[in-house]
Amino acid sequence: MSVFSEETIARLDELISRYPTKKAALLPALWVAQDVGGGVLNPDAMEAVASHLELPPAEVQGVATFYTMYNKVPRGKFAIEICHNVPCMAFGAEELIAHCEHSLGISAGETTPDGHITLARVECLGACCNAPAVQIGSKYYENVSAEHIDALIVQIKSLPDNPDHTPQGLISETASF
Amino acid sequence: MQEQPQVLYKNRYVPGINTLEVYLQHGGYESFRKALTMTPDAIIDEVKASGLRGRGGAGFPTSVKWVAVPKNRDQEHFLIINADEGEPGTAKDRDLMNALPHLMIEGCLCSLMALNASKCYIYIRGEYIEPWKSVQKAINEARKAGFIGKNVLGSGLDFEIYTHLGAGAYECGEESALMSSLMGERGMPRMKPPYAPLPQVKGVWDKPSVVNNVETVSTLVPILAMGGAEYTKIGYGSPRSRGTKLFSISGHVNKPGIYEIVLGTPFNEVLEIAGGVKGKLKTYIPGGSSMGFAPPTPMDYPFDYEGIPQNTKTLGLGSGGLIVFNDTVPIVPLAARLTHFYHHESCGKCTPCREGLNWMAKIYDRILAGAGRESDVDLLWDICDNIRGKSFCPLGEGAIWPVMTSLTLFRDEYLQYIRTGTYTPPVAVTTAG
Repeated sequence: MSVFSEETIARLDELISRYPTKKAALLPALWVAQDVGGGVLNPDAMEAVASHLELPPAEVQGVATFYTMYNKVPRGKFAIEICHNVPCMAFGAEELIAHCEHSLGISAGETTPDGHITLARVECLGACCNAPAVQIGSKYYENVSAEHIDALIVQIKSLPDNPDHTPQGLISETASF
Repeated sequence: MQEQPQVLYKNRYVPGINTLEVYLQHGGYESFRKALTMTPDAIIDEVKASGLRGRGGAGFPTSVKWVAVPKNRDQEHFLIINADEGEPGTAKDRDLMNALPHLMIEGCLCSLMALNASKCYIYIRGEYIEPWKSVQKAINEARKAGFIGKNVLGSGLDFEIYTHLGAGAYECGEESALMSSLMGERGMPRMKPPYAPLPQVKGVWDKPSVVNNVETVSTLVPILAMGGAEYTKIGYGSPRSRGTKLFSISGHVNKPGIYEIVLGTPFNEVLEIAGGVKGKLKTYIPGGSSMGFAPPTPMDYPFDYEGIPQNTKTLGLGSGGLIVFNDTVPIVPLAARLTHFYHHESCGKCTPCREGLNWMAKIYDRILAGAGRESDVDLLWDICDNIRGKSFCPLGEGAIWPVMTSLTLFRDEYLQYIRTGTYTPPVAVTTAG
């Protein structure tokens, strides 16, 4: 029996209908599976995607592990992702990362012990003209200063859950993907 | 400073231009209506006359790319839009998709007419959730208004546009890797001509396919509105680089931002448009990190596809992501950061890129940790030389270029950094009196 609900299956079938082959729906299907898993792409969900798209499970796992935005290990409810590529670096991204590491008490790439916040370094976010840039969920924050990020951290800590934690949350929200 | 005609950005700052209602009030979808009355060949002729070149990075003439596609509706073929913008320093497609989604959708529809195709996939990078929402909303609106779907505007033609969200792989911006990714595979590049058929013959799902950049298809809208010949008259009339282009200007300038600038504008004027350099110019990257670092002189050359002087040793205009650095910035951490970026994004398919970048990243780590050796400078160069021309796709080439150019321009600074572990910005010479 599939780990997916009927509603999820319907979403997958709608995605499949957009492409000439079932396999082509793999990337969006993995987004859906990650959404259903609450932000984590677990092995059961990958296997269910494989069986629904009629693909070998190993192939699905191979694709899932290639792309960095599929979370194979759980992350915090909120991920603070700081761009550290050169335009942001020239405007203090490293200092900003060090500041966050200090105020959250974790290193970049780690999650706070309460599982609330993950701090991550990311590559160019495409917001180079307003460096440094930070992404939290689907939202971009630009020209971010230490004071700005402190305020954001306070705000995040006060929220019990993130309605908008990963893109896949939005995929379910927008019926016509 | 000459005036910069705004062609793509004409209505960029009109409130609500991202909605269909306001877009229609400003002449929206008129170019598409015009395209519907034209034959594919007539549209391609206009584009050929305009001299439009791909705005994604390679600068390949758009009409030449299109001519190779068999334009028979009985044989399924595809238009793919590359919205996987990830080249460090480039932010223009994000702005286009956020602010002018209907311009892009109209451009897609015009391209579909030119190719006599009916299906378009827009491959948007996974991080671009806001642009993706914006584009999806525009598609939904356009569908409701009858611009997308069956029998569009009574023409008897069907058009479908889908968005496809990537999942965080820089490599997928490479045309053949993007097609692999769209087919549900790992985003790895494929064999290219002359060893394999052109994508226009055998592309995604082995069907004829064309991959165009977001800005390229958006530019079709003004080209069809004014006519190809008129488009060539914009600005400087540089014979091989026609029209305007979006430049994302970042780094040490007083007004960083995305500007529409006529191709061929003198480079020093381009910097002026962005408010001038903050401090003293040390180096700049002309068009996304893969193009490499350029020396601060000369400054008065035409900034277009062919204008960048050969002796700067940069690869060219690229994606239009101009990154400016003043002399407070040490070069070694910059080159180290970029090497780590390419190492992280290397897809792992070919050995020179996968292994070479791994070694280079380790050498940079050693230098940054204060354990560098003076011979590391030559060692880095040697590894670059072993990647150059030997990697499977342009990622490897792009990865070594910032390193090689920085080694050429700043060899002494590398040695100083290795010896002392620090960078001392040059002291400004003050003249007495």
